Amino acid sequence: MDFKLSKTHLLQQELYRKFAEEEIKPLAEDMDETEEFNMDLLAKMHKYGLMGIPYSKEFGGVGGDYLSYALCMEEVSKKDGSTGITISVHTSLYCSCLDYFGTDEQKDKFLRPCIDGSATGCFGLTEPNAGSDAAGQQTQAVYDPDTDEYIINGGKVFTTNSGFADYCTVFAMTDKSQGTRGISCFVVDLHQKGVTISQNIKRMGIRAAQNCEVTYEDVRVPAFNRIGKEGQGFKIAMRALDGGRIGIAAQSVGLAQGAIDEAMAYVKERKQFGRPLSAFQTTQFKLADMQTKVDAARLLTWRAALTKDSGENYSKEAAMAKLFASDVANQVCREAVQLMGGYGYCREYPVERALRDAKITEIYEGTSEVMKMVISGAMKVNAK
Amino acid sequence: MKIVVCIKQVPDTNEVKLDPVTNRLIRDGVPSIINHDDKSAIEQALRIKEELNDGTTVTIVCMGPPQADVALREALAMGADEAYLLSAREFGGSDTCATAIIISTALKRIGFDLVLTGRQAIDGDTAQVGPQIAENLGVPQVSYAEEVTVNGKEVLVKRQYEDRYHMIKVQMPCLLTALQELAEPRYMHAGGIIDAYNKDITVWGFDDLKDGLNPDDIGLMGSPTRVVTSFGKMQKGAGVKYDVPAEEAVQIIIDKLEERHLI
Repeated sequence: MDFKLSKTHLLQQELYRKFAEEEIKPLAEDMDETEEFNMDLLAKMHKYGLMGIPYSKEFGGVGGDYLSYALCMEEVSKKDGSTGITISVHTSLYCSCLDYFGTDEQKDKFLRPCIDGSATGCFGLTEPNAGSDAAGQQTQAVYDPDTDEYIINGGKVFTTNSGFADYCTVFAMTDKSQGTRGISCFVVDLHQKGVTISQNIKRMGIRAAQNCEVTYEDVRVPAFNRIGKEGQGFKIAMRALDGGRIGIAAQSVGLAQGAIDEAMAYVKERKQFGRPLSAFQTTQFKLADMQTKVDAARLLTWRAALTKDSGENYSKEAAMAKLFASDVANQVCREAVQLMGGYGYCREYPVERALRDAKITEIYEGTSEVMKMVISGAMKVNAK
Repeated sequence: MKIVVCIKQVPDTNEVKLDPVTNRLIRDGVPSIINHDDKSAIEQALRIKEELNDGTTVTIVCMGPPQADVALREALAMGADEAYLLSAREFGGSDTCATAIIISTALKRIGFDLVLTGRQAIDGDTAQVGPQIAENLGVPQVSYAEEVTVNGKEVLVKRQYEDRYHMIKVQMPCLLTALQELAEPRYMHAGGIIDAYNKDITVWGFDDLKDGLNPDDIGLMGSPTRVVTSFGKMQKGAGVKYDVPAEEAVQIIIDKLEERHLI
């Protein structure tokens, strides 16, 4: 047992930290205000490999592991939650479906461009009436034997990255009578006819992420674009979300650590009653509690990543990491705002944004309640 | 074409802080970085390689303790092809003259068409090692390079002076010393980091270079420079900054000069 990062991980952490400090931090406030993601930043993230970390070099990826990816998510999210989720949805939701279940031909066509820097992906599972109950999919895909195509009709909501993405893994019913076993997964080119993407949905936090409604009207996709077998879609989605949760846990750790870093700098500068705030024991103890919680969240996140990297089942570990880290992010960002008082509540200080961004980590890629279902299920609490 | 870039690992002076009690530099825990000018030299070498796209290679050479390994990994992760670490107890304590002797001995073995070094290191500020290497190798040198263009066997260099530039044509093999302004360095590539740790860095100690090295010319004993004493600078008083129109500024300066009976 060794809690130290390897040299490779340390140098990657240095890269992600420097990139976040120099490229993301200067843009974050403006991106939040304008609710737009900076496309030059997206291009730079592709250029330096931040969009293809845990994927093999054979298909143009970085050849890193999930721990590397978690390190990137933390460093990026320290400066901006929106950039974190942009990387996460592309990497652990879109790309993973292809990596786990795609054929080599499909990987070449749909994974390679997304990890070698020329295209971006998103993930269409959630529908207006199918959130935590993902099995209630209403989007349908009907096979047309004459053209060897599927015709997709339906609508998805909260599709992060859809505002600028090129490809989406869309989940649709191919056999309604089969319930979750009737769902299939398709790669859809979002530039094609029949796809309509709404404006960015107005949200409380992660406002720069491009999270839109996407409707599919008679969208024809070749049978080649079906990932896995017919009926395997739900399994593919759950597998992708298991990995995605590690990314969200790391995002939560980043938001919280970023808020601590800001608060630490502030309490050393700010003087009240003739002393810097850092001289008050209440400040010292508050920060001690905050950092302890973040370290615990980070260790759970790294354990989940290492379990995944070892090839073992990691559903429970990922769910625990996300459940705990997202709660910590909310507590810690709230306390950081409290330490910084009126200034912390102002938009020009990044902790205000971090607090708004933190809330979503308890909701997306499985709510905290769903995490408890996954964990208690793995514990076999209800088994006889 | 073979480009060799000589780099130095230095303490990050942005991170060096003063001990508020003793007023001394706190060096413990200060991160080490690739010297800024040297990193610009790496970037320039990589740009030449990419532009020529003819099999040109970039080799990195660093003299330093074993910990300098990470500086070489960083250069590899930026896109360099191979790296050499010159590290030995015998090299310790070398001044610029002895350092240049060791590095040029290594460069003779490695081979080169173009050698790039940084202008100077932020921890020593001598700007002597690059030019001394060129002298030892017997090749032409252009220091303070702000722009570099390669044309066949010829290099055109814009050399910066305080008040003017020189445009200098030089034949390869030659050595250039790079200013930080020469080329804004790229980041490492995430995948480059994985590759960098899968590569072998060649480590040369004294025995590997002893055929070309006289032990009396290197290390502390071989160094003609003697540091007699070193001490901190006197702190200047904090200035006052006025952000006002020019006329008002002139009046303020005149008032201050009159106040001190200087005019």
